[in-house]
Amino acid sequence: MSNGKSILVDTSRCTACRGCQVACKQWNELPGTKTKQVGTYQNPQDLSSETWKLVRFAEGIKDNGKPFWYFFSDQCRHCLVPPCVDTIQGYTDGGALQDQATGAVLFTPKSKEAPFDEVRSSCPYNIPRKDEKTGVLKKCTLCLDRISNGRPPACVLSCPTGALVFGERDEILQMVDKRVEALKITYPKAKAIDADQVRVIYIVTDDPRKYHEHAAA
Amino acid sequence: MTNHYIDIRNSDCILIMGSNAAENHPISFKWVLRAKDQGAKVIHVDPRFTRTSAMADFHTSLRSGTDIAFLGGMIKYILDNNKYFDDYVHNYTNASFIVDEKFTFNDGLFSGYDPGKRKYDKSTWTIKVDSTGIPIKDPTLQNPRCVFQLLKAHYSRYDLEKVSSITGTPVEDLKAVYEMFSSTGVKDKAGTILYALGWTQHTVGAQNIRTMAIIQLLLGNIGICGGGVNALRGEPNVQGSTDQAILTHILPGYLKSPSASQTTLDEYLKKFTPKSSEPQSANWWQNTPKYTVSLLKAWYGDKATKENDFCYSFIPKVDDGQDATLLAMFDKMYNKQIKGLVVIGQNPACSTPNANKVRKAFAELDWMVHVNIFDNETPSFWKGPGVDSKKIKTEVFLLPAAASMEKEGSMSNSGRWVQWKYKAANPPGDALSAGDIVYRIMAKVKEIYKKERGTFPDPILNLQWNYADKKGMWDPVAVAKAVNGYFLEDVTIGEKTYKKGECVPSFALLQADGKTSSGNWLYCGSFTQDGTNLMARRKKDDPTGLGLYPQWSWCWPVNRRIIYNRASVDADGKPYNPKRPLLAWVDGKWAGDVPDGPWPPLTDQEKGKLPFIMKPDGVSSLFGPGMAEGPFPEHYEPLESPLSKNLMSAQLNNPAIRIFTGDIDKVANADPAFPYVCTTYTSTEHWCTGGSTRWQSWLTEAQPQAYVEISRELAEICGVKNGEMVKVESPRGQVECVAMVTTRFRPFKIGGQTIHQVGMTFNYGWLFPKDCGDSANLLTPTVGDANTMTPEYKAFMVNVKKI
Repeated sequence: MSNGKSILVDTSRCTACRGCQVACKQWNELPGTKTKQVGTYQNPQDLSSETWKLVRFAEGIKDNGKPFWYFFSDQCRHCLVPPCVDTIQGYTDGGALQDQATGAVLFTPKSKEAPFDEVRSSCPYNIPRKDEKTGVLKKCTLCLDRISNGRPPACVLSCPTGALVFGERDEILQMVDKRVEALKITYPKAKAIDADQVRVIYIVTDDPRKYHEHAAA
Repeated sequence: MTNHYIDIRNSDCILIMGSNAAENHPISFKWVLRAKDQGAKVIHVDPRFTRTSAMADFHTSLRSGTDIAFLGGMIKYILDNNKYFDDYVHNYTNASFIVDEKFTFNDGLFSGYDPGKRKYDKSTWTIKVDSTGIPIKDPTLQNPRCVFQLLKAHYSRYDLEKVSSITGTPVEDLKAVYEMFSSTGVKDKAGTILYALGWTQHTVGAQNIRTMAIIQLLLGNIGICGGGVNALRGEPNVQGSTDQAILTHILPGYLKSPSASQTTLDEYLKKFTPKSSEPQSANWWQNTPKYTVSLLKAWYGDKATKENDFCYSFIPKVDDGQDATLLAMFDKMYNKQIKGLVVIGQNPACSTPNANKVRKAFAELDWMVHVNIFDNETPSFWKGPGVDSKKIKTEVFLLPAAASMEKEGSMSNSGRWVQWKYKAANPPGDALSAGDIVYRIMAKVKEIYKKERGTFPDPILNLQWNYADKKGMWDPVAVAKAVNGYFLEDVTIGEKTYKKGECVPSFALLQADGKTSSGNWLYCGSFTQDGTNLMARRKKDDPTGLGLYPQWSWCWPVNRRIIYNRASVDADGKPYNPKRPLLAWVDGKWAGDVPDGPWPPLTDQEKGKLPFIMKPDGVSSLFGPGMAEGPFPEHYEPLESPLSKNLMSAQLNNPAIRIFTGDIDKVANADPAFPYVCTTYTSTEHWCTGGSTRWQSWLTEAQPQAYVEISRELAEICGVKNGEMVKVESPRGQVECVAMVTTRFRPFKIGGQTIHQVGMTFNYGWLFPKDCGDSANLLTPTVGDANTMTPEYKAFMVNVKKI
């Protein structure tokens, strides 16, 4: 049996163009959120039932006195053993599932019967969100409808620099190892985040917490 | 671009300056990162730390408007430390040429300046020639009057401390950039420059680029893989618009615009056809008569004959010395001298500097025609903020246009690749392509002139206007073929005969006798003789492995992917860089890219040619007398600067710029009321003034409202917290927007004082969304570059106040 699919998110190649954020909305027919400029490029401010992919921006000053600006294209990690599925299933059978062929983790309309706060806090990456109108829980689907038909996820297709790569998990894991090794020459702190636990594997060149509070489990 | 996008991957050092490539040319970064993968260093020099800086190996900042000082320091570093590519400088530049004794430079001014006219008499900016007209050279480069020594003397003033005090860049950072980039001045390394509007939009814009061109020539980086001087053009087809002459100083194919004093074709050709006595110079512009006559034949067809000067008298001419550029046009409009305006796919109410002046100027028009896919602040100016609609007499016609994917045609990218695209969908409702709209308007104008005549109807009645298909729709293929050009009679060239009606397959075959037509000689060859459209090619073969993809689309000139490529080989035709052999003379012919001319290498004294074929002397110009403000670039402060004195000379501003003096053209230099340097830019998420993107909710959610980026230090001075509303003011206007307090802008130390800089996007306007804020161009000044009149959007002075 194959080990399913994976996405590599190589933050060292991400220019934060937000093509992935927009492509996600386009493919999944999600509306634009009415936002305000609050003093950051990051917008919307957070994931929501209508924003499943969000490029997070984090800035500051490095030890050498130069600025840094880190970009983190946040989304569901599609855990190999997803705690959200356990939690939802514990309350409502059929509220969440894991696709056998790809490993995609999905919420169904029945997920509205699970207590949202408990589901959200069960996620090590703070991903699930609730549709306030219907109560249904929402998040990235790994574009199961696309990947089951031989197409890459919408976000991956939109990426101009190759920061997002989609493929067989085994091949992606090999790419991750190779890339981290190469990056370590310039960035000693380079690493892959929780690669053995998640399908969406982030490579960072600095402490994950500098990118995003919930970057790592 | 001298090179092209894919070629960026071949570079060893990529300097990004005057550009925010990652944000504004996202695809370019695909190739920048490929180069980085191969070990290339990426340097970003910009006042602000941007998404480009975040991806670079090294970022340093400079104060807006001080690029010549920064780069002048690099020229000095290269010369002082012998980092230049000796062979290239000797053979392929005018370094050894001797300059006229009367040419001088003194305290910011070159010889020949007339302060009254704000113009130079350039008669002393000349190269000395011998009795046969050939430039006098000193191959040792030791003669104190040779270009090399004059260059050295000129930039000896640009020492690290002086440059740092002007730019605000720390000395250590200057040294780091100079060292990294000048390491490419060896034969097997390539350095490239990616620039954009951050260089052009200054009163010294053209000279910013020339300074870099000098650096690239000293390092031997032009004409080679991974090198070049590369402008990332601002719109998908803006390269095409320049090639086809949507500018006042040129005709299609960069032929010069005629002036009123050139009353006959002979006078015009005499003035603009360069002569050269240099035996090994190709002097390609000597073909100007062929290209000009073929252009006139494309426009006037059978009506253009030798006897009537090929209808030369029909083409409009500017008065001698007339400024017919955008800024001058709006100035005239503001002063009630223009009655009608046609605007196609543009939003000058938000995109032109001093936008209040522009918006007021619209009210002086009798009519305005606006062609666009959405309404924007230009056709709706009459209901804008502070406008009493009842007092506006201007009649506005808004014509719905087809969007890019709703029309067929060519798109020329920054790398000169002309790609044919097809229509994906029909435009909605009554919308038509801009081609159709222009075609129908002109057809109607011809009809009216035919009926009613006019003062001078001949140019309109005789204009060839046959670009409609059978259904009466404008036919882009017919236009493209006319641009390419036809044989108008059977023509025998060498041993080959071309039939009347066939396409001319290369501009080398164009004729000056009226037997060929070509709407743009540079695009001649985009169709084969039998009419096959080469722009539509999509073959991915890459025989050189250098990413030239010669059968993907078509590229001007003659499918040459990297121009001046003969400079990549030595005098024997051997590639300087054996790892990336762009061109090589093998067994009596050239292999690799399409060479810059078929001639053998330079050692063939009889047939060999010098590499810079568009220059009369065959070599490139370290000394460039064609510029308005001097043959060597010199640092001048922007029109509005925080300094009352230029730290480099007694000359504060560019001495050759036009100063607008109207009541609305206010300027504040070193004025405590406007203490902060401001620059403007665009973001990834919006397109220019946002005229097309502000209607798109996925984009407005990402960048919803106007903002000003300011440093933490300045925020403290202004008492502003991140996310609070502020008012940004210049002498010309004010904009309310959100303060984005950031570590990515930091104060500069300039001439011993602390200078703050802020920056704004010009992506917004009052029309939609209602709360997004108005245009940053309400603040920018009416002033342009001395050569091009490109407005100085990038450096001016403001104040920031908490609301």
